[in-house]
Formats: sequence, structure tokens, C-alpha cells
Amino acid sequence: MMSFSFKVLRIGISFVIMCIVYKAAVNSLPELSPKQYFSTLQAGRTSLAYFYQADSSSNSIFLEELNKAVKPLQDYGISVAKVNCVKEEISRYCGKERDLMKAYLFRGNILLREFPTDTLFDVNAIIAHVLFALLFNEVKYITTLEDLQNIENALKGKANIAFSYVRAIGTPEHRAVMEAAFVYGNTYQFVLTTEIALLESIGLEDIEYAHLYFFHCKSVLDLTPQCRRTLMGQPLTTLNIHRFIKSMEAPLLTEVAEDPQQVSTVHLQLGLPLVFIVSQQATYEADRRTAEWVAWRLLGKAGVLLLLRDSLEVDIPQQANVVLKREEGMPVEFLVLHDVDLVISHIENNMDVEETGEDEDDDVEGPDMGIQDDEVAESVSRDRKRQLPLELILELTEETFNATVMASDSIVLFYAGWQAVSMAFLHSYTDLAVKLKGASTMLLTRINCADWPDTCNKQNVTEFPVVKMYKEGENPVSYSGMLGTEELLKFIQLNRISCPVNITSIQEAEEYLSGELYKDLIINSSVSALGLFSPTMTTAKERFTEAGKLLKGYVITGIYSEEDVSILSNKYTATLPALLLARHKEGKVESIPLANTHAQQMVQIITNALLETFPEITVENLPTYLRFQKPLLILFSDDSINPLYQKAVLAVVEEKHLDSVIPCWLNLKNTPVGRRILQAYFDVLPPLPLLVVVNLHSGGQVFAFPSDQAITEQNLLLWLKKLEAGLEHPITILPAQEWKPPLPAYNFLHMMDAAASQRPTGKDPECMKETDIQENNEEQHEDKSAVRKEPIKMRIKDWERSNVFKAEKSFRHDNKEL
Amino acid sequence: MGLSSLTPVWGSPGLLLTIALYPALTLYPAKTLASTHRDYCVLGAGPAGLQMAYFLQRAGRDYTVFERAAEPGSFFTRYPRHRKLISINKRYTGRANAEFNLRHDWNSLLSHDPRLLFRHYSDAYFPDASDMVRYLGDFATRLGLSVLYNTTIAHVTLEKARQAWNGHYFILTDQRGQTYQCSVLLVATGLSVPNLVDFPGSEHVEGYESVSVDPKDFVGQNVLILGRGNSAFETSENILGVTNFIHMLSRSRVRLSWATHYVGDLRAINNGLLDTYQLKSLDGLLESDLADLAVVKDHKGKFHITLRFYVEEGNQSAEAITLPQDDSDNFAMRVAYDRVIRCLGWNFDFSIFNESLRLSSGGEFSKKYPLIKASYESKGSRGLFVLGTASHSVDYRKSAGGFIHGFRYTVRAVHRLLEHRHHGAAWPCTEHPITQLTSSILRRVNEASGLYQMFGVLADVVLLKENATAYEYLEEFPVQMVAQLEAITGRKARHGLFVVNMEYGRNFSGPDKDVFFYERSVGHTEDAWRSNFLHPVIYYYRHLPTEQDVRFRPAEWPLPRPTAIHHIVEDFLTDWTAPVNHILPLRRFLENCLDTDLRSFYAESCFLFALTRQKLPPFCQQGYLRTQGLVGTRSLRQHRVDSGLLQDYATAGKRAEDSGQWPGYQGPGDQPQAPGPLVQPLNSDREEL
Repeated sequence: MMSFSFKVLRIGISFVIMCIVYKAAVNSLPELSPKQYFSTLQAGRTSLAYFYQADSSSNSIFLEELNKAVKPLQDYGISVAKVNCVKEEISRYCGKERDLMKAYLFRGNILLREFPTDTLFDVNAIIAHVLFALLFNEVKYITTLEDLQNIENALKGKANIAFSYVRAIGTPEHRAVMEAAFVYGNTYQFVLTTEIALLESIGLEDIEYAHLYFFHCKSVLDLTPQCRRTLMGQPLTTLNIHRFIKSMEAPLLTEVAEDPQQVSTVHLQLGLPLVFIVSQQATYEADRRTAEWVAWRLLGKAGVLLLLRDSLEVDIPQQANVVLKREEGMPVEFLVLHDVDLVISHIENNMDVEETGEDEDDDVEGPDMGIQDDEVAESVSRDRKRQLPLELILELTEETFNATVMASDSIVLFYAGWQAVSMAFLHSYTDLAVKLKGASTMLLTRINCADWPDTCNKQNVTEFPVVKMYKEGENPVSYSGMLGTEELLKFIQLNRISCPVNITSIQEAEEYLSGELYKDLIINSSVSALGLFSPTMTTAKERFTEAGKLLKGYVITGIYSEEDVSILSNKYTATLPALLLARHKEGKVESIPLANTHAQQMVQIITNALLETFPEITVENLPTYLRFQKPLLILFSDDSINPLYQKAVLAVVEEKHLDSVIPCWLNLKNTPVGRRILQAYFDVLPPLPLLVVVNLHSGGQVFAFPSDQAITEQNLLLWLKKLEAGLEHPITILPAQEWKPPLPAYNFLHMMDAAASQRPTGKDPECMKETDIQENNEEQHEDKSAVRKEPIKMRIKDWERSNVFKAEKSFRHDNKEL
Repeated sequence: MGLSSLTPVWGSPGLLLTIALYPALTLYPAKTLASTHRDYCVLGAGPAGLQMAYFLQRAGRDYTVFERAAEPGSFFTRYPRHRKLISINKRYTGRANAEFNLRHDWNSLLSHDPRLLFRHYSDAYFPDASDMVRYLGDFATRLGLSVLYNTTIAHVTLEKARQAWNGHYFILTDQRGQTYQCSVLLVATGLSVPNLVDFPGSEHVEGYESVSVDPKDFVGQNVLILGRGNSAFETSENILGVTNFIHMLSRSRVRLSWATHYVGDLRAINNGLLDTYQLKSLDGLLESDLADLAVVKDHKGKFHITLRFYVEEGNQSAEAITLPQDDSDNFAMRVAYDRVIRCLGWNFDFSIFNESLRLSSGGEFSKKYPLIKASYESKGSRGLFVLGTASHSVDYRKSAGGFIHGFRYTVRAVHRLLEHRHHGAAWPCTEHPITQLTSSILRRVNEASGLYQMFGVLADVVLLKENATAYEYLEEFPVQMVAQLEAITGRKARHGLFVVNMEYGRNFSGPDKDVFFYERSVGHTEDAWRSNFLHPVIYYYRHLPTEQDVRFRPAEWPLPRPTAIHHIVEDFLTDWTAPVNHILPLRRFLENCLDTDLRSFYAESCFLFALTRQKLPPFCQQGYLRTQGLVGTRSLRQHRVDSGLLQDYATAGKRAEDSGQWPGYQGPGDQPQAPGPLVQPLNSDREEL
């Protein structure tokens, strides 16, 4: 499957390259004298020359068409020239009479074919005829059924046939077939006829002006009377033939055992849907036959796959027997179709719908700007019909607000009913209310600022969502943590105690440090901070109290300043004023001197103490570690970390070799999004665990620890040293693109201008043409449809251009004033 | 002056008060010599004067309001003559939002006191004028506004003074000869002089201001009413049932407010005569220039309409004057009238202003309004502002600036301007990170009353900060002054700006327009620019427009041509909160103006971006990275997966590199790659054909 898509890609790329070449080259029809012309001919190069007499008037239309053919023929490596016969010398190609001029096709200096100009009636005819002459061997022209049968018999077991009927040589359909033959002529035998009787004899009833059949002869035996045939349903255009042939090349039936959402084949790239026939172990043989039958019927219309339900990891609905995937990235549809014909008709009917849809899309061009691409807005909107248990949260109004927050300790969520982000958070908030139901003294309330703007303004809330806590006798505190249930719950619980807590006895202090005192709160705060002061250190105490208040809700802080404080300071070898940090998980207490430290610095010391040396990185805690702007050393593990690895990393940390990076690990079970991160780092995912260094802040390089080495202290050290020395190559570099608008916006200014210009008083359209001509020329290749219909979307650069109107308009205005 | 010393401005009690009162009471003759200084003098205690007094009071400024009558709102004690106000008093909207409700409250003034809402003063949808008088009286007393009643300012002059705020003082002289020296003069005297048209026989015409309001006085009479405004129709409405017929005559055709969207045009509540005219019940409308007219009184006391031209032909007796019907015997006004009533509106009273003030009338509405700038400051003298009805020249026949529900906001704008000019207080604004921009705009267009009432005149302005990471939001700026924005507001507009305006469709409103045509409403977002009903329009300028830009803007445009423009599609409920049809196109517009991605993301997505790309979208930068990420719930996550938005970034990293497009995270709108065309250049083995 990979190889197919690669081919398409290659053609796509070559097309892009050609477009660039087009733009650069000047495509004009060179005019030469016969002598000049023959001197330019090179061996092996093909060229088309039109010999004419300059004073002849009847050839102007032909010359125009020939001019149009220059560029397409150049793409096939064929040069085109017009040769002026009047200029002194006479060539035998010049003909005798003025109006009997001809075009000649040469390879090197060998004449391949001569064309009377009336057979080359337009650009299609020119290209069709020239390619037809060149592809003489690749495209067999036949007139009878017998010819066809002979070719068919000769190719059985050898090659497939592309048989096409066109009404006449030189038509656009003929050109399309020839262009296809140019690309696929080596792979398939192309057969061409203009005989309608031949088509009738192979059984086609309503014959239109062109048809193409694919004869599947390669895989049949000589004895088979006839190759299987597939009729192409679409009109004969180069693109359609290409798509059709590509879909013929794809395997008829593929078996898959993965999530249909993830499956992609060449069909999707060709704009064809994928049909999965769901199979079970028990009925596998029958299912496979059915699927094959369906595949033949849908050949050229859809890709057919056999989906093995038993070995599938994702769930698909029990009854569904067909899965339909219309487009890459679109959710799949699960269908229950009891008749095989239903499967066929479902797809065929859908294709019709799709085609008419495509026509409409032509007007709009490109992606639909009306589709929601904001994940928060979309998920909230999808959930809008679910009733949230909002009755658990007291709704406040202008009248009740003050009375409520004064009467009891309250949490208030300020939100706006129409704003997606605050509604998303309201979901988390209601989850919190369910958890806390009856278990907290804190009153959970909300106020919809879309209804009560004055109240919100008075509380200084001008953006949403905002959470504030109102406690008696204290200033309201804004919550500044993650907008999630767990994090807010933690905040509320830690706010039950009024930090910093005043510790009054040595025994109490010990209980505090061991975590006994606030047993139930310890899970919310991995560290307890205790400030030790002698009773006279009033300034230091004040500062610490301030710091404790700032940290309230996030860390437990306490203060001890009794006469016997020295007992504690001696025990923990601290010099007063000092800070004791009790790490409950590790059961350690460390001391930090606090002399001349300001409140903000204390806050910093305590928050830094919350950080771990080798943390498990999660969605919630990553930002706190990113603050340091250092590269991350991440160990990806699919479950809890192997203690050996942990030991190895910690050993390296202890030797201070890891100062320049932040070591951490990621548990894919807790943080499944980690898988997507790995996908971005590795082309082919090696087995876990994986150790990488990500340089997020300068350069974006990602380095991977060699997966064939064991994660040991030595190996790790060695690798880090190589890294530092610049001896390692990054496995990837993270993209550094800016976040640009995901889609364009409507260009209303443009539309208003267009409407204004249609009115008689509007601006003179000539004016715009002159100034825009340069850009229009450039654009033609990228967007041919622009001629049909003005594109109605914009990016900034379009606006710049539309400013051309501005100058002109104000000029008109000036005139009026005068 | 003695009374004014009791006001809170002078409010130090005790000894000082006694000292202040003493000279005032005893030295009466000396009073004329002592000129009292005020920073702000407000002329007129009508709605506009009181509104300005309120803002000055709240800001703690030194001010006095001068009022001729003994109570506020004296205009409303007499007018409208038939006592029914045509400003609606909508007491219920089904919404709690007080700001939104002001959109449908046309009578209240702005204040912080919810008791001072007009709905507490009248139950009537079209309230009685005496309720307005009562309301204004309460407004002045309850808020303790400093008003000097029974003080007629007879004369205003200018006195040069280098130290004065504006280089001069305004000297006001009242009827007692007392003078007041004012740094800033705020004229809120309304339109008080009945508009008279001078034509032969105009002395026979009764005025709206004095005509009887008792229908009994009109029984069986032929009545001609000059004028076509609400006062003319109000008068006719009152007597429609008792007269033989009423003819109405005016220069221009009737303009119906529901066709023009201008509240000063004829309101449906007054248009009974139109109904009977069109239903052939003898009443009728005529168009003619009043200045060409003449009224001749015959010996029976009846009035005949003729032309000034005929009257001026010679000294003829009344009976001998040529009448139009002598030549043209089907002349419409050939009947004799029992009464001719003039209802031609009012003009501004220019008489008290000395020439030195250069407060002239001018422009298109030659006599009616004084000439002012879009900042409501007189073109003639700095520091003189015109407020209220008299300031309507700024948006005459366009918006609501001549009416309470409009000028309460323009007064606030003038006050904000003054606060910056004289007290260094920059225009109030809020500053937010750029991720809040869509919400900020949506919030205002959905609730702001000033934008809604003063559409096209007051607009919100968003000033972008450097690199467009944050912005300042300024409310209700007089948008015609946008070129002077930095000087007026004290805010900087260096990095581009958005202007949020409300507009009707360009060709929707007008006296001859059919506003009920089929398909008048637009439902598709891509047609939003064709919206007809009032809808939000957002202008984006990369640079602050210059005065030239404003002056030479395209015809019909309220603002100069922007870099880009966005219309939020009109909404039947004026509720622009639909996620896909209102919010999404607005976001796309803002994104493309700012060249950034303004989507919101859950913390999990930000986490992914943080570890797989070097740059983060603004929402993640300003939220997640500051540990304020949006975590979401399980059910929301499931919806995200279902919608395909979560799935999509699965392969983002690689795909972005392949396609060379903008950073990964492709929207679901992405089309599958179309297969490349077939042709290949002939550089391969094909060359040897």
C-alpha cells in the first residue's frame, strides 16, 4: 500500500515542479527560417514545425491554437516552431501553394509524419495527433472486433489492456487517452477505436461519445474465453483516467485487522471511499467470497477491504457488517446491510451525491470554513443536550451575590453561558460539586456574567472563566491553578486550614512535620513548610506569614515561634530564622536559612521545593518544569518506571551530570497522549522504554538514547557526554512554525467591492486589471477556477491587494469635493 | 449663589458654611461684582444636563447646573402638548442583564442606582410626560446633583485668560446680574425656540406650542396643519375624529421611522392620519415649500391658501388676491380652512451666546443646531460642548443622539474626554490577553446598549499591543474622531486596532424603501455583509486612520476603508452567540487579521504541543503554560474524540513537515489531497521514442 501512495505522490511532486518550470519559462512560439530550424534539430529530440508564408492570412487561427500547444507539448519534451518560408531560402517543406502549408513532425532530422493543418483544428487535436504519432507502438488503433480479440488473446496472462472508444481522432477525449498512454503505455496495452459498431459488439447499449474499458488480462489463463472487463464510469479526462487506472492497480481486496479509522489506502487519496466488509473467524471463507464479489462490482468506485473483527482491538458495533470510510480523517460509518446489492447501491448512490456535492464545492474552493475546528467549542456544543447536575451549585444573582458570599465561605465560578471555555470548565465544576456533595463546608456557587454584568464588573471580573474564593474576614482570592476538577478540589481542601498554621508546641510541630497533624490533607501537598522563628523576629515572621498566605491553597505552611524554638532548630541543624521542609513521600526534613529573605523569595523557595528530582511528568505538572527553560530528559515507560532505570537516572543526577537538563519520566498509562508524542519523535517506534532528550527551548532537537543499549548509569553518562560534545545526531527536529490562522476568513471587503463594481456607478474595472495584471498572471496556474468565479476567501495578502481600490476610490471622492 | 453653597461640593459644615453664607445674605448689592468660579458649568437641567451633572458629580468635579425653571425637565412640563411620550418604556425583556435591558429602555438616564430606572416611574409603554418630569426631579435630588434653579443665564461671553484650561473663561450672567466664570461650558439647553416660517399671512397661523389640545374646539372644522413631524401628527391624531378633514402640508415627503430606522421620523403610534388618507376618508397629505406660501383671511374669518407670489403682486384687499384655483381649478387646497396650525419643530436658542463664542449655526441644518465637531465640542471655541438634543447635528436622521436613549451615552463620551483632557485620567479601558479578544467583542455586541442605540456614532475600539499578544478595550468612543483617538483617550494605537460598530444594511433604510420585502433577512454567514437589520460590523485597521482618511472615506461608509472588515450575520433575536454562525466566523476574521491561531485547546492538547513543537498557540501560552490549562472532563474528551478533533493531531508532527503547511493540527475541513495530474516531463526513459 505504501508503494502505491508513493507513486501518486511522485506524480504530484513532478506536477508541482513543472508548475514552477512553467512560470519561469517563457512559452512562446519561436519563429525561424528553414535554415535556422534545421540547424536546431538534435538527434533523439522530437519537434513539430509549421511551415508557413508570412503574408498568408488564413493561418492565424491555426497559429493561435499552435501557440496554445507549445507549453503542453514541451512537457512531453516536444519542441514547437513556426518556420517562415518567405525569407529568401526555399525548403521542400514549404509546399507549392500558399494555402497548402503543413506541419511536420521530426525526430532529429528524420521526418516522422506530416499533418495537413485542417487535421490540427485545435490545441486538443494538435496534442492528440502528435502523441498518437509518437506512441504508435503503445497505442494500437483497431477497427474490428477481430482485432480486439487478437490483441486480447495475445496478452492473456501477460498484460492488462486499456481499451477506449472515442468518437473521432483529435477530440479532447482522444487527447486524454493519449496523455494517459504517454504515462501508462509501458505498463498497459492501449487500444483505441473510433468504430461505434465495435463497441456495440462488445455489448454496450447506451453509447456516448467516449468510453474506456480496462481488460484484466494479466492474471487470466490462456484458456479463458475473455478477460474480465471494467468500464470506467466517469467522463474521459486525463485526471479521471489516471484515477481509474490507479484504482485498477490497487489490490482488489485487502485484509486488515486494525482500526478502520487508521486504515488508509490509495483509494482515499484518489477521492474514493473505503468499504470494509466485516468478517468473523467462523464465516471467514464466505465473507471473503462476498467481499471479492463486492470488490469486482465496486472496482474503480471504491476500495474494498476485509475487516477481521476477531483480531481487532477497537470495538465496532455488534450488528454492523459494513464499515464505510468516506474520507481521510472523517469518522467512519457503521452500516448494517443485509443484501450485497445494498452495499453496491449504497456506495454508488453515495457517489452520485458526492459528485453533485463536488460541483457545489467548486464555487467555494478548498476547505469549509464553517466547520468548527476549535476542540473546546466543538466538544461543549456536542454535549449541550446533556443535563448537568447544576442544582448542586447555587446560582447567584445580582440580588443574592453579596448576601451569599458574606454569609458563608464560598467558591464562586464567574462564567458566561455563551463562552465555550467557561462552559467546559463548568462541566469540571459540576463534577467537583458531585464529589464534594455534603462533604465540604465550602459553598459552591456560580454566576452567569452574561446575565449579571454589573456584579461581575464589581468583582473585577472582565474575562471568563474566573474562580474566586470568599472567606469571612478575608479578601477574596482568585484561583490560579489548572481549570480541572482535581486541581480545584485540592485548592478547596488545602484552604480548609488557614495557612500559615500557628504551631504552639514542640510535639505539635513534630506531628506537623511527620504529616500526622494534617493526615487527610497530605495527599494534596507533598511538602509541608514550617517557619522557625524566635519570638522577637517580628519582621521575618511577618514576611513568612505573607508568603504563607500567598501559597494558601497550594502548599501547607506553618509557623513556630515559641520560646523553646531552639529545640527544633538544634534537632534539624537550622539557624534561625529558618525554614523546615518536610517531604512526606521521602520522609525527609531539610532546613533552609531565611535571614533577610523577602516574602516573594520565600514563596519561590517553597515552590521550588515542591519540584521533584526525577518526577513523573503529567499534563498537569509539565508547565512547572518548563519554567526553567531547560531541555527535558524524558523516559517513556508504558507503565510504572522500572526501579533500575530510576536508580540509573538518579545516580547520574546525584553526580551532578544532569544540571543542564531536567530528568523526568512519562507513564503512558497515566498520560496516553504520550504515544502521540513518541509518534512525532520516531518514524518507526522502537520498543519501550525510550529515553529521549528534547531541547524544547533552543532548536527543538530530539535525541534518542540508542535502543540497543541498556539504560545504565555508565551508558547514560556516556551518551550525555556525547550529546554535550555535539557528537549525537538528533532523530528529529521539532517544527518551529508559528501558529497561523487554521483557515481563511470571508473576504467581505472583496465581496462588497465586487458588488459595488457591478453597479453602473461603480469603479472602472479596467483600472483594476492594469494594476493586478502581474498577479493575475502568476495566479492562473495555481487556480484556474479563479476565472470562473472570484474566490471569496482571504488571507492578509489578499487584503493588501484589495487596497488598490482604496487609492482609486478616494480619488473619486476628491473629485466630488472639488 | 447662596443656595449653591449648600451643595456637597462646598460641603464643609460648621464655621466655614456660616462664613460663606454671611456675605451672600448680607452684602446683596456687592454680589454682582464677585464672580463665582466653576470648573464646569452646565446650562439646562434637562435630561442631558442632569446626565452630565451625574458624571461630574461621580468624578468629584467642581460643577453647577443652571436651570431657568424651578425644577428639572421644564420642557416636559409643557411638551409634548398631548402628554404622551413616544419613547418606549419596555419593562420586560425576559433578560436579567441590566446593560442589555437598557437597549429597550428609552427614558432612563445612566446611574449606578437601580431605583432610578424609568420603569419604576410608569407602567405605560408610551409613558406620560409628567412621569418624565417626576423622574428627572427624583434623579436630581436622589443623586444630590448641584443644580441652581430659577437661574436664567441671559448672556454668555468669552474672556481671554492665559492660565485658563482652554485659554479663556466662559462668563455667564444670570437674570440678577450675577456672573459665573467657567473653565468648561456644557450647553444642554435643548431646542427651545419654535421654528417659524415667515410667509405672508403667517400671523394667522396658530403654533403647536399654544394651540388648544381640547378636541371640542375643533368640531366640524377644516384644519390645515403645516409640518410633517411627530408633533404635527400628534396634533392631528388628537382631533382626527371631530374635524371635517385635516390637510397636512410640508416641503418633504413623510418619513416613517419604521422605514428609516430613525426614531425622530414619524412613529407608527402617531400615524392615524396616514391610515385615513390612504383609506380615502377626506384627510390628506400635500407637499409644497412653505416659504412660497401665503395665507389669506377672508371676511368670514376663513383662511385661503395662495402663493406668496400672488400676494406680493400689489396692494390688494384680501378678497382681490389671486388664488391658485383661479388659474387651476383643481388646486388641492382650494377649500377654505377654519384653522391653520404650525407644527414645525424647534430650533436651538442662539440668542444668549455672545459673538465672541463663535457658536454659529451652520452646515446643512442651518438654523436648527449649533455647529459642533464629532466630539461634541463647538467648532468656534474650545471648551464649549453641546450636549443632548442640541447636539443632534452629529447624527441627525441617522442615529439616536437627539434623544435620551442616545445622548445619555454621548454625554458619557464627552465626560470621558474631559476627564482625560483636564484631569489626566485616560479613557477607561480593560486590558486582556489576545485569547480573550473574541469573547470581549462578543460580550459587547450582545449586551452593550451604547453601541446599540448610538449605532454608527459610538463604537468600541480595540487597541492592539505590540506583537498582538494583548489588547486594550475602549468602550463607546465617538467614532468620527478616530483619527484623534490618541489625543482624546490618552491611549496608544501603535500596533493596529479594531473598531466594533453596529450598522443597518447600506440600502435597507430610507423613506421610500420597502423594509418588508421578502428575503430581507440573511441567514448564511458568507452573506453576512448583506445583512439588513442592525448587526455588528468589525473594522480592522493596521494603522490609525488619519483625518484625511476619515474625511474622504467612501460615501455611505461610517468609517474609512479598513484593511479588512467583518460582518456578524444579522440575528432575529439580536443574540450573537451561536457557536458556528456567529462566533466561528468572527474568530476566523480576527485570526486572519492578527495572523495567529485563536482557538482554545484542552490542557492535553497543549501538553502535546509543548513537547512536539517549538511554538505554542496563544491559548496554550497564556493558559496552560501559566498552569491555568483547561483540563476538561471525561465526557468532553469523548466528544472531542467523536468529533475527530482529537484524532486529528495524532499524526500532526510528521504531516506538517511533509506538506510544508502551517503547523500540524489540521482541522477536519481538510480535503484529501487531490491526485496530481498525469503529465510527467520527458526527462525519463521516454526521451528515446
